[in-house]
Amino acid sequence: MAHKILIVDDEPNIVISLEFLLKKEGFEIALAGDGDEALAQVAAFNPDLVLLDVMMPKKSGYEVCEILRADPQHGGLLILMLTAKGRDTEVAKGLAIGADAYMTKPFSTKELIAKVKHLLGVV
Amino acid sequence: MKAKQRFLIAVAVLGLLMTGPFIISSLLVWLDMKADERDMLIRLLTSRLPTGTVMTLFGFAIGVVVLHKLFKQYIEGLLRMAETLRLMLNANRDFRVSLDGPPEVRQLAAAANDLAAQRDALMDDVESQIARAKASVEEEKNRLAALMSELAQAVVVCNLDGRILLYNNRARLQFKALTQGPTSVSGGALIGLGRSIHSILEKSQIEHALEVIRQRLAAGKAALANFVTTTRGGQLLRVQMVPVRASGGEGEAALSGYVLTVDNITHSIEQEGRRDQALLALTEGSRAALGNIRAAVGNLIDYPDMETELRERFVKVVADEADKMSQSLDRTMAGFSDSLKTRWPLEDVLAIDLIAAAQRRIGDKLDLPSKTEEQDDALWIKADSFSLVLALTYLASKLQDHYAPRELRFRLTSAGKLAYLDLIWAGPAMSSETFYTWEMDAMNVGGENSPLSLRDVIDRHGGEIWYQREKAAHRAFFRFVLPVATPEIGAEAEDRSRSAGRPEYYDFDLFNFADKSIDLDRKLAELTYTVFDTETTGLEPSKGDEIIQIGAARIVNNRLLHQEIFDQIVDPEIPLKPESIPIHGITEDMVRGKPNIDVVLPAFHEFCEDTVLIAHNAAFDMRFLQLKEERTGLQFAQPVLDTLLLSAVVHPNQESHKLEAILERLGLQIETRHNALEDALATGEVFLKLVPLLEEKGITTVRQALEASEKTYFARIKY
Repeated sequence: MAHKILIVDDEPNIVISLEFLLKKEGFEIALAGDGDEALAQVAAFNPDLVLLDVMMPKKSGYEVCEILRADPQHGGLLILMLTAKGRDTEVAKGLAIGADAYMTKPFSTKELIAKVKHLLGVV
Repeated sequence: MKAKQRFLIAVAVLGLLMTGPFIISSLLVWLDMKADERDMLIRLLTSRLPTGTVMTLFGFAIGVVVLHKLFKQYIEGLLRMAETLRLMLNANRDFRVSLDGPPEVRQLAAAANDLAAQRDALMDDVESQIARAKASVEEEKNRLAALMSELAQAVVVCNLDGRILLYNNRARLQFKALTQGPTSVSGGALIGLGRSIHSILEKSQIEHALEVIRQRLAAGKAALANFVTTTRGGQLLRVQMVPVRASGGEGEAALSGYVLTVDNITHSIEQEGRRDQALLALTEGSRAALGNIRAAVGNLIDYPDMETELRERFVKVVADEADKMSQSLDRTMAGFSDSLKTRWPLEDVLAIDLIAAAQRRIGDKLDLPSKTEEQDDALWIKADSFSLVLALTYLASKLQDHYAPRELRFRLTSAGKLAYLDLIWAGPAMSSETFYTWEMDAMNVGGENSPLSLRDVIDRHGGEIWYQREKAAHRAFFRFVLPVATPEIGAEAEDRSRSAGRPEYYDFDLFNFADKSIDLDRKLAELTYTVFDTETTGLEPSKGDEIIQIGAARIVNNRLLHQEIFDQIVDPEIPLKPESIPIHGITEDMVRGKPNIDVVLPAFHEFCEDTVLIAHNAAFDMRFLQLKEERTGLQFAQPVLDTLLLSAVVHPNQESHKLEAILERLGLQIETRHNALEDALATGEVFLKLVPLLEEKGITTVRQALEASEKTYFARIKY
C-alpha cells in the first residue's frame, strides 16, 4: 500500500511542485494551506508523514507539531519540517519539540525525496 | 665665655671681696702710723694673725660653697633646661622639662612646659586637619579611580609629555590584547604608570589632536578631538581626546594633560564589512542568475512550440541557475549568519550571573524559591540581561498563577554555538496553546508592565524558546536558546585577585613629573624601577644553566605597582635538574611549550626600558641576562641596584643579607617564596624600606647608592 503524505504549506508555488513530485514517486497526497486545516486533514486523511512548513497563517508549524505530538493517537506520525529561515536556533527548536527531520528552503527535489523515503523506510 | 671660667672668676672676685677692703684699709692705716706704732701693731698682729687667717679662710670656703651651689642651680640648671627645650623643639615633641632646682627655676620650667603643651595642642589640631584634608582628597581620587575602573570604555589620562597618569582596567585589558606575539609574555607591558602613551599611539597623531584642541579652545568651541588610528598589529582604534586643564588657569597655557577614551573598532568595522559583503552577495550575486532564469523562462513561455532539444536547453538553464542561487544563498547564510542577526545591542554576560539575578528577582517579586541544577559556570552568552531577567520572571509568575509550583529550578547547558537556559518546574502538562498566548502577550509581572512580549525578547536575542516535558521526572521546562558569546577579554578573574586593595591604576602626582629618563643624580625616590627575579635550572650560568622563569614589577613614584607585572615561565630547552625542582616548584610539564628565552627576553627588555633594574643578589641574575646578549642582541645596559648590597650598606654589622633575613629584619611578610614574581615583589618591598634608611646615611641618589654598594664586602663575589 502506498504511503500517505500530507503537504502543509501556504505557498501554492511550492505546493504544486511538491505534490507533482511526490505523486510521481507513488505516494498518496493530501494538501493543507494553514495550521488549522492541517490538523483537520491529519484526522481525516490519517497520513504516515507530514511535510510541515513553519511560517503559516493561523497556527505556525511549531504549534501544529506540538499539538500532534501531544496527541498519543498520532504516535507513529512522521513530521518533516520545512522552513525558509535557516537559523540554527529554529532547527534546534523544531527537533526539540518533536520533528523527525528538518529541511531548509531552498532544497533540491532529490534531497527531499531521499529524506522522505529514508524516514518512511523505503529505499 | 664658658660657665666654668665664669665660675672661677666669680670665686676670685669673692676672694678679693673678702680680703681686699681689709688689706687696703690696713695699708692706709700702716702708711699713716709712726714707727713705734707700727712695731706695736706687728707685735699685736703676729700673735693673733693665725686666728684671723683661719677665720678669713673659713669665711671664704663657705662663700665658695654657696657660690657653687647657686651656680649649679641657676646657671647649670638653666643650661640644662635650654637643652631640653631645644630637644622639645626639634627632635622629640613629647619630651618635657623636669621640675627640679630652686623655686624660680621650677616656675620657669613649669611655664615652659605649659607653653609646650599649648604648642602641641595647636600642632595636633593642624595635623589632624591636614590629615582630614588629605584623606578627603585621597578618597576623591580613589572614588575617581574606582569609577574609571568600572567603565566599559578604555580610559587613559596622560600629562602633556604623554606619560600615563591613570588608566582603567578596560584600557589595560584592551592594550594587553593589542600586544603582538605571545600576549602572556608581554603581560600588559605597553601600558603602565609613567610609561609613554606614544608606544601605543602615534606621537604625531596625539600632537595633531592637541593642536586641534588648542585651536578649538581659542575659538571658544567645545574642546575635544577625535581620530582613528591603526596599531602596530593592524587593529583599528577610535580615540577621543579631551583636555585636562590646570586648575585656575585659562586658555592654551593652562593645559596640563589630556584624557583619551579608546575604542577598538576593528571588530565592528569587520562586522559591518561582512554585513555589506553579505548584502552584496545576496543582491548583486543573485541578479545575474535571476536574469538568466527570466530570459530562459521568457523564451519558454513566448515560444511554446520550440524544438524539444532547444526547450530542454532552456529548462536546463533554469535548473542550473536556480541551483546556483540556492548554493550561493546557503553559503551566504552559513558564512554571515552572525552578521545578519538582529542589531539590538547585546552584551556578553556570564550566564550564571544572569540566572542568579533572575533567581533574586523571582524570590523578591513572587516569593517563589528556586534552585539551580547542572550549570555550566564558564558559559558566556550574548544577551540583554534586563529583558531576559524580565522574561524569566514573567514566565515564573505565569507558572505560579496557573500551576502554583513549590519551587523552580534553573539549568544551564550548551551545544556548540547555542546555550540552553532551562526554567524547570514539576507539575501537570500544559497545552501548547497556553504557552503560545504567554509567548505573544505583552509581559507584566506584579503590576509592572512591559510593552515587550516574550517573543520580542527572544527575537531580539536571535534565540528561540520552547516548552518541553521530561515525562519520566514528571516535570517540564521552558528552554531558552541563546547565542553563546566568546568574551573578547578574558582572564579577568586572575586580574581581580591582584587588584585587591588600593587601586594602582593612577598616580596624579605624575602630572608634574615629566622627565623619566635615568639620571644617576636624581633622588632614589623619584626614579622608575623594575624589580625582577629569575628562577633558573641551577646556579652555574657559565656551565649551561638556563632561566626558567622571569618575574618583575615596576616601582613608580616610590610605589610598588602590583598590577604592572611581568610573569613568564620560559622553556629552557634543556632538561630540568631534579634536585632543583623542589626549590622553584617548576616542573617539566610547566616549561614545555612555553616560549623560549629568545622570545621572552625581548618582551622583558621592553618591559624594563628606561628604568633602573633592582634585584636581590643582582650579579647572579644579571649574569644570566648577559650570557644571552650575544644571542638576542639585547643589552641590559641600565644601572642595576642590588638589595643585598644596599642592605649591607645600611646594616654593615648584620651577619646575613639573605632576602629572608632582610624581610624579617624590616618587618615584611610575604606569602610564597621562590617564585620569581613573588620574590621580585618582595625585593621591591625591601627596596622601598631601604630608601629612607639609605637617606639617613646620606645616600640619596642612585650614583651614591651604586658607589656605596661597590665598597661593600659582598660586591666582590663573582658569578
